[in-house]
Amino acid sequence: MAKLIETNTTPWPTVDVDPVTLDVIENALQNARVQMDAILFRTAISPIIREQRDGFPVLTNREGMMLAGQFGSPVDGFVDNYDGEVSEGDVLLTNDPYACQGAISHLNDWLFCMPVFYDGRLLGWTAMFGHMSDISGMTAASMPVTSSDLLQEGIVIPPVKIVSKGELQKDLLRMAMRNTRTPDWNEADFFAILSACRTGAARLVEMADRFGPDVLCSAQDQLLKRNREAMRALIVSTMPEKKVVFEDWICDDATGHGPYKLGCEMWREGDKLIFDFSRTDPQSAGCINFLLNERMFKMFCGQFMVNVYDPQIVLNDGYIDLIDVRIPKGTLLNPIAPAALNGRTHALGRIFDIISGLFGSANPDFLVAAGFSDSPHFMYSGFNTSNDWFLLFQIGFGGIPGKPGGDGPDGHSLWPKFRNVPNEYIEAYFPIRIDRFESLIDTGGAGKHRGGNGVRTEYVFDVEGEISIHDDRWLTYPWGVKGGQPGKRSRKLLVRAGGEETILPSKIDHIFVQPGDRLIFDTWGGGGWGDPLEREIEAVAYDVEAGLVSPEGARRYGVVISEGGVVDGEATETLRAEMRRSRPQVDAFEFGPSIAELRASCFAETGLQPPVDPVPSPIATAWFSKRGEPVPMPQRLAAE
Amino acid sequence: MGLRVGVDVGGTFTDIFLLDEGASRTYTAKVPSTPADPSEAVIAGIEKACRENSLNMADITHVMHGTTVATNAVLTGNGASVGLIVTEGYRQVLHLARGFVPGALSGWINFVKGKPMAALKHTLEVSERISARGEVIRPLDEARLRADLQRFKGSGVGSITISLMNSYVNAAHEKRVEAIVREELQDISISVSSDTLPEMQEYERAITTVANAFVKPVVSRYVSNLKTNLEARTTGEVKLSILRSDGGLATAASAADFPVNLLMSGPAGGVAGAIWVAKQAGFPNIITFDMGGTSTDVCLVEGGEAQVRRETVVHDVIVRASSVDVRTVGAGGGSIATVPELTKALRVGPQSAGAVPGPAAYDKGGTEPTVTDANVVLGYLPADARLGGDMTIRRDLAQQAVQKIADALGLTLETAAEGIVRIVNENMFGALRLVSVEQGYDPRNFSLMAFGGAGPLHANALGRLLQAWPVIVPRGPGVLCAVGDATTRLRDEAARTMIRPVEGIDLAELQGLLDELEERVRATLDVEGIAEDAQEIVYQVDLRYAGQSADITVSLPPAEFAEHGLAKASERFDHLHQQMFSFSLDKGKELVNLRVIAQGPGADVGQNTLAEGDGDPARAAVHSTRVFDSGAWHEATIYDRRKLLAGDRVNGPAIVTELDSTTLILPGSHATVDTVGNLLIRDDR
Repeated sequence: MAKLIETNTTPWPTVDVDPVTLDVIENALQNARVQMDAILFRTAISPIIREQRDGFPVLTNREGMMLAGQFGSPVDGFVDNYDGEVSEGDVLLTNDPYACQGAISHLNDWLFCMPVFYDGRLLGWTAMFGHMSDISGMTAASMPVTSSDLLQEGIVIPPVKIVSKGELQKDLLRMAMRNTRTPDWNEADFFAILSACRTGAARLVEMADRFGPDVLCSAQDQLLKRNREAMRALIVSTMPEKKVVFEDWICDDATGHGPYKLGCEMWREGDKLIFDFSRTDPQSAGCINFLLNERMFKMFCGQFMVNVYDPQIVLNDGYIDLIDVRIPKGTLLNPIAPAALNGRTHALGRIFDIISGLFGSANPDFLVAAGFSDSPHFMYSGFNTSNDWFLLFQIGFGGIPGKPGGDGPDGHSLWPKFRNVPNEYIEAYFPIRIDRFESLIDTGGAGKHRGGNGVRTEYVFDVEGEISIHDDRWLTYPWGVKGGQPGKRSRKLLVRAGGEETILPSKIDHIFVQPGDRLIFDTWGGGGWGDPLEREIEAVAYDVEAGLVSPEGARRYGVVISEGGVVDGEATETLRAEMRRSRPQVDAFEFGPSIAELRASCFAETGLQPPVDPVPSPIATAWFSKRGEPVPMPQRLAAE
Repeated sequence: MGLRVGVDVGGTFTDIFLLDEGASRTYTAKVPSTPADPSEAVIAGIEKACRENSLNMADITHVMHGTTVATNAVLTGNGASVGLIVTEGYRQVLHLARGFVPGALSGWINFVKGKPMAALKHTLEVSERISARGEVIRPLDEARLRADLQRFKGSGVGSITISLMNSYVNAAHEKRVEAIVREELQDISISVSSDTLPEMQEYERAITTVANAFVKPVVSRYVSNLKTNLEARTTGEVKLSILRSDGGLATAASAADFPVNLLMSGPAGGVAGAIWVAKQAGFPNIITFDMGGTSTDVCLVEGGEAQVRRETVVHDVIVRASSVDVRTVGAGGGSIATVPELTKALRVGPQSAGAVPGPAAYDKGGTEPTVTDANVVLGYLPADARLGGDMTIRRDLAQQAVQKIADALGLTLETAAEGIVRIVNENMFGALRLVSVEQGYDPRNFSLMAFGGAGPLHANALGRLLQAWPVIVPRGPGVLCAVGDATTRLRDEAARTMIRPVEGIDLAELQGLLDELEERVRATLDVEGIAEDAQEIVYQVDLRYAGQSADITVSLPPAEFAEHGLAKASERFDHLHQQMFSFSLDKGKELVNLRVIAQGPGADVGQNTLAEGDGDPARAAVHSTRVFDSGAWHEATIYDRRKLLAGDRVNGPAIVTELDSTTLILPGSHATVDTVGNLLIRDDR
């Protein structure tokens, strides 16, 4: 537990803040956050931060409650796990998810945290994390899918003081920069994040100057309170007391085991919303564990609710006591250290589908389809034609789900701020060519509002090198809702220069490629929303004309396209009537085939062997055994 | 010496500014805009200005013009039907864009994506490929292209854009495709990406070129109408120039060829005008604050030069074209205040009452409380103030509207109104910080120049928030854009991407490329009859630390380049990086783009000076009134700006009215009138 040194220990008095000043301060806090982002993206050097924008800022009050930000506050976890004094001018750094309650989800994310003082007293905190391109470990980019513990995934930096009373601790920095294959990128990104934190801190101090520190601190409390009230009203008015259950899957763990279940029950007690993840499978012996930070999860829930009901609400941590998250220790979402974490992106993404599913089950207003709940990774490394080592790391996008307001866009990012990297940039800096980059026809789930299409990227390698892939949803389907159909699954095909074709697993390391080899990287589509037979015929016609849906695919909407590419009105009417008559009843969710069916048809449909039942993680087994507790066993799916 | 004419075509009015270079006099005129053919109002306005001031239209030598024609074409989607030709595998380059979803986490739930500016059904793939190093990987399949092009016949496509992969390195395939399109489709208008934007990034280059093609027919038609009409009424020797987004003037021909460079022409005029006024008033460092009905534009000007950025944003279209770095916030006089049930927070905007139904006070059917209504309630916008002439202000309706906010928040009417104004000021403050503090500039070293319909009402308060003094309110702020048009310089720029490490760069090769670019821009000015020795040439290089995303534009005087190569520019880059981002790196730098800018001479004419008064503004007092500020009503005086004289000191609280704007001077502030009639507001303390 950190000991905070304040040279002035007078507590901030609580003063009245008029409602308008309160709103002015709320705006000012949001502006500060925007400025932190702007500094980061303009000065970072690695493509992952500067182009894809994987970095997130937070401003908090003195208790570490988030006032502005998106992923909840990391401050608590930090303060609890730093053993030492923290004073003005200090900046703390960690990349250890287990040392900050999962505020960051893997070692690549470096989290900076800076106390902000005013007049010798703590005023608040700023924090930001950003994805470092490589931090050593057994594969380039430091996300080995075959890792079985955290230490294989790169340098672990416990909470340390990287800046002490304004002085950068150069020795520490030197050490950190020795443990990376991409020191140039990391160093620039390091300073970019630091600079962003300092910008946030400067804004907070200016606000104290401008409004008075007492007013600022009191306003912070009131903003938290106001947000809590709003969320309380939203929870009570939209969430049922009756328990709802939702389950979804991670297809495999890169070692041939799976699928892993993420299961959650949700219900309301009074003004509290309870999430119980007891149905979730035990942690994996592989890399797909995800240490789910409770605050982050609460923020995800809040963001989802306000986006449905009132997107203008500015969320802060005020309401976090209204949500109770129960995640049993030793499960995939609360793994015992040092379980491997670098494949966490799938569970992290799938949590969004779980939230959609739970809220949608509880209240149909919230129903949206399953979507691009993941960040497929592609890594390529080796030596380029100038004999310099290179590392390309990309995050792929896919189909956004169908939703009440309209279609899900094709090939977009589900994550805020993310952008794809221009292919010309990639070709200029890396020995690779991208021969095709388009959304893949018919991969979005049919619906009144269509799910977005997944993306096909065709990489052609120029030099000998090694590739890695992280993806999922190759076995289970992105589900549809309210009659909407599931989207298509993902697929990776390697075509050797000589023409030989191999289907690659969705999580794989150490695939060696030669010049002229081609990787066809397909992500998956979003699920559809609503009855496809109710989709406007003009909308289907547009999609066909635009090449986003094939004439064959249009039949899923009951729309018949004639030889000349135009809609055959009469045939369409007949087909739609026939489909309405013959189809089964429409359920709220359309998941596609059962797990047993998926396994049975797996090889025939995907070219890959079905995963087998998960095995217990040795780390968890030891931990439970030591305590004399029963070891949680993975479900026996084969028994289905 | 003849007459130079500045013209600004706005949504409602077309403003004319006449500059008689010989007599060193200026004149203005205002006529209603004619949206169907905006050139009509331009001619009518020039005729009016000449008639009223007994000037001869035949003496007009230059007409300089800021236009929103291109912008409106994008905003209304009313441009050409564009056919797009891309490399095989990139048919969806516009459809996928950068894959960005706006908003916060879960923001996708409310995201509805628009259709691409060139329809997918009109996007054609050609079999060809050039590598990032410029080698031909796959030759162009000409036969297939010719066959495929037939589908554009009778398709309604009126303009073709060619944007192939890596054409910024090697444009050979684009040029060949262009030739084939010309053969197959004869006189169709063609935009080629390597001509429009020879820079890396396939989406940005494609959208920029498509946007160019999209607005081209509209702009060409407009420019040619205007030229014909002007020539018919003058000696036929008139040089017509259009203000580019970057604040320089383009010749009519170049404007019609590259209209994508005009998308910010309107706001650039305002900034150019502000620069001219600021120069007359002796304030080289200003931040402009142009607050209108639905949005507010701000821009930082240092040493008389506006910041220029390599991007132009029109609604959700972002193109790679240089524009004055005007940041826009969606808040203005028409922004609506609401109190949502759930949070009871007071919000202003982003919804706007627009021109119809407008603020409640305008009595045009609006009932929602707007910023303007709050200004009326507080007495800042007196009921007898005139807004462009014939609009009346209904105080009772404004009060009724704002009362809704007061009731929802449990506040008095006045406190609620003051709250609305404070919130909207905070939004503007955010934008002003974005162009100043965030770029490493201390706003205390700048003056705030307010214009636009609502700018002078909010400027004093923003001066306080920003500590940027004095707050300058120019005379006739409505005509400022036209002033800018008339006083800027003819300018052309040419650029190319050249990504190389700065260290060890071949300076001779660089000089060769710069010479080529210089030749191109000089040719543009030659055509306009500008003598070679009157052409000012500036080099620019965009530098960054190797691998960084954002490059910083660094100016490079040709003489310096000859002597020191890139060494000095490289030092300036470190300095700028330190200033903007609070750190610099000991790391290799990379050259990204080369640019050469040629500028013609500017108009060197002063503003009409104002007679000296005795310092007492009593002669201009209209009547007394009351304004509400910081929780209390204050006695205040309304002044007629036309009667103010140089040297007058107007003590706040006071309101200064003129035809198209109202200035509020807060209690605790005062304004002095300078020799050319600007109000310079400062705090008393």
